[in-house]
Amino acid sequence: MKHNRGGATSKQEIRHQYRIRLNILLLAPMLALFAFTAVGAWGADAKRGAELYQQCIRCHQAGQGAEHRIGPHLNGIFGRRAGSVKDFQYSRALKDAGSNGLVWTEQTLDAFLTSPANTVPLTRMSFEGMQAAEDRSDLLSWLRTFSGSLADVPVAQPTSTPAQYGLDPKILLVQGDPQYGAYLASECTTCHRIDGVDAGIPSITSWPVDDFVITLQAYKNGKRVHPTMQMIATRLSDEEIASLAAYFRNLNN
Amino acid sequence: MKLNRRQLLTSAVTVSAALSAPAVLGQSRPRVVVVGGGAGGATAARYIAKDSEGAIDVTLIDSSKAYYSCFFSNLVIGGFRDFDSIGHSYGALASTHGINVVHDWAVGVDAGARTVALAGGGSLSYDRLILSPGIDFKPGSVTGWDQSRQNLMPHAYKAGSQTQLLRAQVEAMPAGGTYCMVAPPNPYRCPPGPYERISMVAHVLKQKNPTAKILIVDPKQKFSKQALFEDGWKRHYAGMVERIWPEFGAQEIEVRPDSMEVVIDGEATKVDVCNVIPAQMAGRIAEAAGITNDAGWAPVVPHTMQSRMDENIHVLGDAAQQGDMPKSGFSANSQAKVCAMAVRGALSGSDVFPARFSNTCWSLIETDDGIKVGATYNATDEKIAKIDGFISQVGETAELRKATYEESLGWYEAISADMFG
Repeated sequence: MKHNRGGATSKQEIRHQYRIRLNILLLAPMLALFAFTAVGAWGADAKRGAELYQQCIRCHQAGQGAEHRIGPHLNGIFGRRAGSVKDFQYSRALKDAGSNGLVWTEQTLDAFLTSPANTVPLTRMSFEGMQAAEDRSDLLSWLRTFSGSLADVPVAQPTSTPAQYGLDPKILLVQGDPQYGAYLASECTTCHRIDGVDAGIPSITSWPVDDFVITLQAYKNGKRVHPTMQMIATRLSDEEIASLAAYFRNLNN
Repeated sequence: MKLNRRQLLTSAVTVSAALSAPAVLGQSRPRVVVVGGGAGGATAARYIAKDSEGAIDVTLIDSSKAYYSCFFSNLVIGGFRDFDSIGHSYGALASTHGINVVHDWAVGVDAGARTVALAGGGSLSYDRLILSPGIDFKPGSVTGWDQSRQNLMPHAYKAGSQTQLLRAQVEAMPAGGTYCMVAPPNPYRCPPGPYERISMVAHVLKQKNPTAKILIVDPKQKFSKQALFEDGWKRHYAGMVERIWPEFGAQEIEVRPDSMEVVIDGEATKVDVCNVIPAQMAGRIAEAAGITNDAGWAPVVPHTMQSRMDENIHVLGDAAQQGDMPKSGFSANSQAKVCAMAVRGALSGSDVFPARFSNTCWSLIETDDGIKVGATYNATDEKIAKIDGFISQVGETAELRKATYEESLGWYEAISADMFG
């Protein structure tokens, strides 16, 4: 049985919570071993980490003035309980993981970055994972700079801007009709789950309107490449894109 | 596939309520009856019930308590998924969305009285009827085969026990044996389906029975994603797959289930498994409702998916003759949303927006070698018309093919939730 979300709060979720705990339990000793060799901040290359971090910036901000975007801001993440930053709409999976004791440390972040979906099943984070231990170590070393004093860190990079994709900034001023968006969205939900779970196709719920608009517009003008998404975006008008953005922004999972 | 007790109870209660007092309930709320709980019917029922927030009374009729999706059933044959993983219950449609789920056969439609007759003896009245019955097989299309022979020569073109039977037969083939597929003529459900199935059978045989042969007898000159499949068969299953097309005798085909023979161009060949996928037509209830054409399909108005012969009846998915969309679960799901919007507009005055449709069909050739084809469509007065499309290319990187396969897994989860969640 794959889907039975209406009736089954119970088994599916308990199973997932169990899997979270199990995964963390299993990973902890393994990672302790790793810590000597790969994961230590010592020896890690934060400069290289800053380059790897470019994979994260479409969704996350870190640095001075960082805000929640598609994902929560990453300032002060080390030592923080998972799913605990105010005002960010986390997946229930991540909130539950936090309630069950998941705290972000070098070890747990390393496990999560290896495979978000295996570490916290049903997370909304759409990232297939970083396989090389050295990459994770370097990335975490860079991220750690945002968990101390923020006085010396750079200003947060924007997640995406119209200019990055050669788009007219005016597209962000277009007003969308969430009700029209609800109808248009039915075309999206054949592939993108409305509960925001990424089961192989990215989560698109609760995104900031600007990020949503820029992403679809970038598919539309071909600066972002994916045959299905380019085909879908090409026939959406600016108003329709804004309507979809408004609808998905307010989906409460 | 498990139904828990609460879901069974919920369905049982709603069934008896629906059957005992249709007239009384019918006075207060507009009534929609949906026949067929697949990608078209389940989606339409769910969207009407969900978006009308109780203002429309929705009844869904399907003879099965469990739905097994045709999409991904080839992956069960190939051993990439277990059978249970393509099974779904109607529990949440009843418990979350308040849909009356009736497990019975719809056997007749009285268009004048606007009632649907059930095999169990009851009858349900409707303001709008949505037929999404899928396909039935055209009698006599393959000489020597009819549905009474389907256990000897399975079609496995409606998922369920036929899927399991074909899988078991492939696994039990003698060393060096022959699997034969009699492929269907156009139009039929899931254009790449027979050829994905060939790939899945080849995948099983390559591991368990590498000297076995696969023979496709195909009444069509060309088929969906042909270059992609043929390239894949050459790369993964060299020398295993042979296809015979019309000039070489595949036009007139006879099968002999008792002796497990296939007669091609007058010559009988003994085979070990014979997968007969006959010519197709709309599910029988469409004909019973009097809305099919000579070809056996139900023509529809693209803007609303209403039958061209009866404006109170909508037809979705494989049974509909609509224009350019392929007969697929994705298409049916897409059409269902247009239909749901039109039905709500007509019965409760909600907003109606211009119809828009899309489809994507993924196929798996071998482990992590996925391909896809897709298109967008809009409604013209004449037909559902293709706007734009794409298809995977021969020579793509292994990485991209793997990503395409993984995307299909995500799609399966999402469309399942969109139908039954």
